[in-house]
Amino acid sequence: MECVFGLVGNGFAVVVADTSAVHSILVHKPNEDKILLLDSHKLMGASGEPGDRIQFTEYIQKNMSLYQFRNGIPLTTAAAANFTRGELASALRKNPYHVNILLAGYDKETGPSLYYIDYIATLHKVDKAAFGYGSYFSLAMMDRHYHSGMSLEEAIDLVDKCITEIRSRLVVAPPNFVIKIVDKDGAREYAWRETVKDAPIPSA
Amino acid sequence: MSIFEYNGSALVAMVGKNCFAIASDRRLGVQLQTIATDFQKIYQIHDRLFLGLSGLGTDAQTLYQRLVFRHKLYQLREERDMKPETFASLVSALLYEKRFGPYFCQPVIAGLGDEDKPFICTMDSIGAKELAKDFVVAGTASESLYGACESMFKPDMEPEELFETVSQALLSSVDRDCLSGWGGHVYVVTPTEVKERILKGRMD
Repeated sequence: MECVFGLVGNGFAVVVADTSAVHSILVHKPNEDKILLLDSHKLMGASGEPGDRIQFTEYIQKNMSLYQFRNGIPLTTAAAANFTRGELASALRKNPYHVNILLAGYDKETGPSLYYIDYIATLHKVDKAAFGYGSYFSLAMMDRHYHSGMSLEEAIDLVDKCITEIRSRLVVAPPNFVIKIVDKDGAREYAWRETVKDAPIPSA
Repeated sequence: MSIFEYNGSALVAMVGKNCFAIASDRRLGVQLQTIATDFQKIYQIHDRLFLGLSGLGTDAQTLYQRLVFRHKLYQLREERDMKPETFASLVSALLYEKRFGPYFCQPVIAGLGDEDKPFICTMDSIGAKELAKDFVVAGTASESLYGACESMFKPDMEPEELFETVSQALLSSVDRDCLSGWGGHVYVVTPTEVKERILKGRMD
């Protein structure tokens, strides 16, 4: 099952997701990136139905770019979160998207923020959040070790603790994770935590 | 499991002497898992009208956005705030519009009407209004709340005593309900001021 979790630190927000693309018992690929860069200062980690996940997150990403082209300024994280919720809510009773989202962003005026948006469009601003079976372990670890204003080193240490817990306690634990952060310098990939690498393609 | 019990909530509104109190719990859950302990369920429509929305979180948020929209339009056209009785009829109408595909919410409306007379009412998810002179309750803890309020209520309580009564009724009721709790949020409204208080109860 897909694990996505995130937390807010001192001047940054971090989102972590597993990278297994799974279909029933088969792992299609072990390095699927489930955290999309929405714009220069926003990350959207998504879990759920694979087709819906890619379709919906790309739809949000393109609409955000469109807003920026039309208006000359990017959306704030809160505005992006509310837009996302609005799209999920209007589709809910017609053709629902089965995607859970953690939206992290950095705004100059308000600093870092993290929004929890579940697949039925419940929106809430949080300091730490998680989706999936891994949430039972990562939320517990974060409840124990998280405090507001964590430094990057402390936060990554906590992320690693969560990943270790998921790997050791979840029966179908995903082997690989990607960590992305967003701070005043922008949204970027921070690190991968891999235990299983894709076999290299043999040369002809 | 009922859709009304997906997120968990407890709401109560009580009438005092020229004042009213409206209180809610603070839990946002997804069935057995707690996501956040600071989720807002009571919204201020204008300085003498409050709306509490229990039930499914996403529908509460959607309904709140629609109601604020309608109230703002009303303010622009009528150049005044809506009376609580009128607002209750508006909520009832909006809910009945979706009679065969309803919002899974139970609203609690509390306000000061003409001559500062307190008004409270609740309704079911399809808009059947229930006016009361003493108290109204809603949410997963409603049965406990009925009992607690019935035994603790006295007519014509002053704001301070009303606050104590509402708080004790709320906390004792949510302690018997696993889906609501994690503190309380109480608003005591008199003709001159609105006092917002956070309660610390059993955090479990």
